[in-house]
Parts: sequence; structure tokens; C-alpha cells
Amino acid sequence: MEARVTVTLKNGVLDPQGQAISAALNNLAIKGVQSIRQGKVFDIVLDDMPPETAKQKLEKMCEQLLVNTVIENYTVELL
Amino acid sequence: MKTAIIQLPGLNRDRDMIAALYHITGVEPLRIWQTETTIPNVDLIVLPGGFSYGDYLRCGAIAARTPVLQAVREKAQKGTTIIGICNGFQILLEAGLLPGTLMRNASLKFVCREIKLEVTNADTKFSQNYHKGQIIRCPVAHHDGNYFADTETVKRMEDKQQIIFRYAENTNPNGSIHDIAGIVNEAGNILGMMPHPENFIEEAHGGTDGRLLFQSALGLKTE
Repeated sequence: MEARVTVTLKNGVLDPQGQAISAALNNLAIKGVQSIRQGKVFDIVLDDMPPETAKQKLEKMCEQLLVNTVIENYTVELL
Repeated sequence: MKTAIIQLPGLNRDRDMIAALYHITGVEPLRIWQTETTIPNVDLIVLPGGFSYGDYLRCGAIAARTPVLQAVREKAQKGTTIIGICNGFQILLEAGLLPGTLMRNASLKFVCREIKLEVTNADTKFSQNYHKGQIIRCPVAHHDGNYFADTETVKRMEDKQQIIFRYAENTNPNGSIHDIAGIVNEAGNILGMMPHPENFIEEAHGGTDGRLLFQSALGLKTE
């Protein structure tokens, strides 16, 4: 079974990379962008297991390794 | 006087740290490899700088989950003196041994230069040979040194005098909140800092302000 974990920066945490990307889009004359915040996506293949067990396992992965909970939020989805 | 350094793939300041500790103590530090699960009794453990595991995932994230870090954690709980410099600081934060995190420099540039530090607390085992308010010179070299913690955490650290070094005289090289450059844990036996005091030990380095830090940590009186 497959899952996707999406990690985003918490509100209020400065994201200079997002700002630099936003400025680069402006240089490409792609207008209308108000802001960009950069995050990460993890595509994970798991053994077959009940969805609840899988979700718990993914949460554990996030809390223990994938996410720095000081500055990042995450969402977990089974695909 | 026995010291140890933690060696992980991708660290590149380990040689500098070995030279510095040898210069201070006259004895080569033990080198503890990442797979070790115990660390002998020593007076000081140092996590040097560099790019452990290529900075994959986040700086220090993989290193913080290696077997040797579990051994460091056990030593930390027993009160052993521990210093993390640069990537070593990032590893201690990822391991949860110090509060907060280090983000990409606000300038998005790697900075390699000399900065000034203010000693904001000279009443710790790492700063006892300095005096409060003293301005010292120290080199920095990093891409991810932008210290961040939520307001509540910073307030708590300030109340407990855990911030011992701040970037002084407008030399903050990375955008760190409140100019924070070096912090200790509540128990006072763990120091993390971005600047490199190990590179300011001998006259030939162009400065020797880093010497007092290691002498403090080892309880050595200054000459």
C-alpha cells in the first residue's frame, strides 16, 4: 500500500527559500503570485496492513524522524 | 584529562577539533565511531562540525538517530560535559538535547567569516573563564545557522540564562532570532553553538579567544 506525507512550514516561520522562488517567478514575468512556501513530500510504500495501523505507523515516522515539529506541520494520506 | 569526539560520515571539522583538544589537554581525544553503543568515561565529549550524512532530510537529522547518539544521550543524562559545534549543534537540537532548531541562513548564502560574540552569561561551566559582557572574536562557516525557537521557548531560556553567546556589534551572520549564537541546556552540562572556537586556539590561527571556552569546559584555570 502507498502513502504520502506532506510536510509544510508552520505559519510565522520565515521561509527565505520560498521568498527567493517567488522573486525568481517575478523575474520570469509570471505574475499574480502572492507568496510561496516551500515544503517536502514523502511517497512511502508500506506492507499491506489495516489502514488504521498504517496511519499510526506514519504518524510515528513523522514524529520521530520525517518532521521537525518545532517549525513544521504534516499531513498523512493513504493513496 | 580525557576527551572524546564523535565521528560520523560527512563531518569535516573533526581534525580541527582533535588538534584543538590536543593543544589544550596534551592528550589526543578518543574517536568514537557512529556505530559505537558505549562511550568510555571522559571529561568532555565533543560533536564537531561538518555535514553529517550530507545534510540529508535536515541538518543533523540522520546523525541524531544513530546508535552513538543514544550513547551520547545516556552520557548527557549522567551529567557528562558535552559540546556541539556547528553541525554538532544541529545534531544536539535534532536529538532533543537542546531546545529549538537551526534553519537556512536568512541570506540563503553560506557564510565563512569572522564574527564577534558577546558572552551573555559567564556563570556556566563553558564560559566561566570569560567575563559577562566580554566581546570575543570567533570564526563562523555555515549555511544553516539561523537559530529559531518559539517565543515561549526563547523567553524560558532567557529567564534561565541559557543563552550564553550572542552575535555582537551587528555581526549576526544568519538571521538568528535575538542574535542567539550559543545555548546551554537547563542542567548546564550541554553547550551548542554555531561559531567555531576550535579554530581560534593557536596564535597562528589569528586569534586565541576560543581557548578559554575549552579550558572552561574542562575546569582548567587559565594561564
